Amino acid sequence: MTTQPIASAQLSAQPGAVPTGRGQGRRRRSSLRWHNTLRGWSFIAPNFIGFAVLTLVPIVVLFYVALTKWGALGDPEWIGLDNFVKLFTRDPRFNTALWNTLYYTALHMPLTLAASLGLAVLLNQRIRGAAFFRTTAFFPYITSIVAIAMVWNLLFSPDYGPINQILRFFGVDNPPGWTVSSTWAMPAVIVVGTWREMGYYMLLFLAGLQTVPRELYEAARVDGAGAWSRFWHVTVPCLRPTTFFVTVMLTIGSMKVFDLVFVMTEGGPGRSTLVISQLIWQQAFVEGDFGYASAIAVVLFAICLILTIFQFWVNRRVER
Amino acid sequence: MSRAGRKRRSIGSRIGLVALYGGLAAAAVFLLLPFFWMISSSLKPDNQVFTVPVRWFPEVFKWSNYVDIWTKSGMADWLKNTMILSVVVTALQVFTGSFAAYGFSRIRFPGRDVLFLGYIATIAVPWQAYMIPQYKMMAAAGLVDTLWSIILLQAFGAFGVFLMKQFYETIPEELSESGRLDGLSEYGIYRRIMLPLSVPAIASLSLLMFVTTWNDFLGPRLYLRTPAHFTIQVGLKVFQADPQGSSMYGLMFTGSVLSVVPIALIFMAGQRYFIEGIATTGMKG
Repeated sequence: MTTQPIASAQLSAQPGAVPTGRGQGRRRRSSLRWHNTLRGWSFIAPNFIGFAVLTLVPIVVLFYVALTKWGALGDPEWIGLDNFVKLFTRDPRFNTALWNTLYYTALHMPLTLAASLGLAVLLNQRIRGAAFFRTTAFFPYITSIVAIAMVWNLLFSPDYGPINQILRFFGVDNPPGWTVSSTWAMPAVIVVGTWREMGYYMLLFLAGLQTVPRELYEAARVDGAGAWSRFWHVTVPCLRPTTFFVTVMLTIGSMKVFDLVFVMTEGGPGRSTLVISQLIWQQAFVEGDFGYASAIAVVLFAICLILTIFQFWVNRRVER
Repeated sequence: MSRAGRKRRSIGSRIGLVALYGGLAAAAVFLLLPFFWMISSSLKPDNQVFTVPVRWFPEVFKWSNYVDIWTKSGMADWLKNTMILSVVVTALQVFTGSFAAYGFSRIRFPGRDVLFLGYIATIAVPWQAYMIPQYKMMAAAGLVDTLWSIILLQAFGAFGVFLMKQFYETIPEELSESGRLDGLSEYGIYRRIMLPLSVPAIASLSLLMFVTTWNDFLGPRLYLRTPAHFTIQVGLKVFQADPQGSSMYGLMFTGSVLSVVPIALIFMAGQRYFIEGIATTGMKG
């Protein structure tokens, strides 16, 4: 153990530190460590047992199941990498799901980023009603996704829905069919996703804005910088860590988008909004192909893991 | 500064102010209109939901939707189940989470930091990635279609441990030290010193957990099969079974209002704790 000196120095500041005489020091120290281990585990165990059984074990088992053929009945049967070979070479649905997920990410991420940053900058002024507005913006994020998805679906109704009536009022003669059109279903989902999440990211940006020194704005003003140039040359650079964090969070969140699609379109019409998570669900719980579904889950897992590691890596570089 | 210059700036800033409030007002309408339409439609007869032109206010208030929903659907069961789940899950998460967080932040033992890293790492893993093995385990244990499955699913997450540990790190070690000098055991320090000090963090965690469990859709959708075991979110989907031809709009909107109102009340009451909870976990996640 190379960390021995540090560990013992820390130990002495910790529970039950006993003044150690020279001869008995070692034995006491090791019995103290044994005590601490027991005590520590007694605190952690109630949560850890549930956590290990219900989260850790399934995550480990996933990798095994992905290498098997496992139907609704019977036991898993080892087939090596066959599932992954099928996934990447012979399954048009996986391709569609991957592209749809990337499509969702490519629009939802920048839209939400711009909307939440814009709102945060507006709210950061000293204005009346800021608190009310913050509450309003955050509210969609904490309401039931089923309720809001159903309401939005009806708002998007092609013939008599309020949205298309408003569009017609403004002279759009042939408004889109939204959730019943394979071209417009994904944009409809993206609008709702952005509506729902922008308040959450706005809060993160507002927290970031608190750290921008007021003097910088004063200095820029003295130099004659207008509002727009103060935004680009003071706000944007100072917010870089927050912006980066939000970008990665949004990307990960978009790659694993599920319940919104599930409730609004169930992947349809056709496969036009089928995303990776929805495909996992369909394969497993509709078609009963658990092995193959797990292989898709491993791919999703890998994507999220890579993005998270990337986030940590860049964060560390920035902090240095 | 010349007089003309000052005047021009004040006009400019006035235009800016109008634009600012205009922008915010437009955003507020965009954010709130769906909720407004939801409430208004819940008070309309079914055939008045879609009209040309749009009617934002009901012509005649039809309060009977709020009476009928209790007899025409399993709403009473669904609300009861959702309430039981939210309370039990929140209590378990707060208790086991804060207890474990004490172990992680105040007691030093070999392997502790590796273990904590394991906790944190799983936060990044989406549920849909490991829901299949988890489902097979629950099925083997005979828990499918019982409320137990949802309790087990939600109660032991890493989130509570993480949030509480972040908070404990801000409490000075000297307080626990003085407790030790007074002869308190570690459990005594947890109960007498740490718990009372961490009330704000516990409030944040409770609110976030309650709302998460209340709103959870995928877990209950997967595990609960009998309508009497549904939560309100799964139940709502029943009204939507036939998306285009449904004639149960009134009940659907009424159900949606009933699922949102408790969350709205909790949010209004504990707004500060929500925002603090997000600031501690969001920024460091």
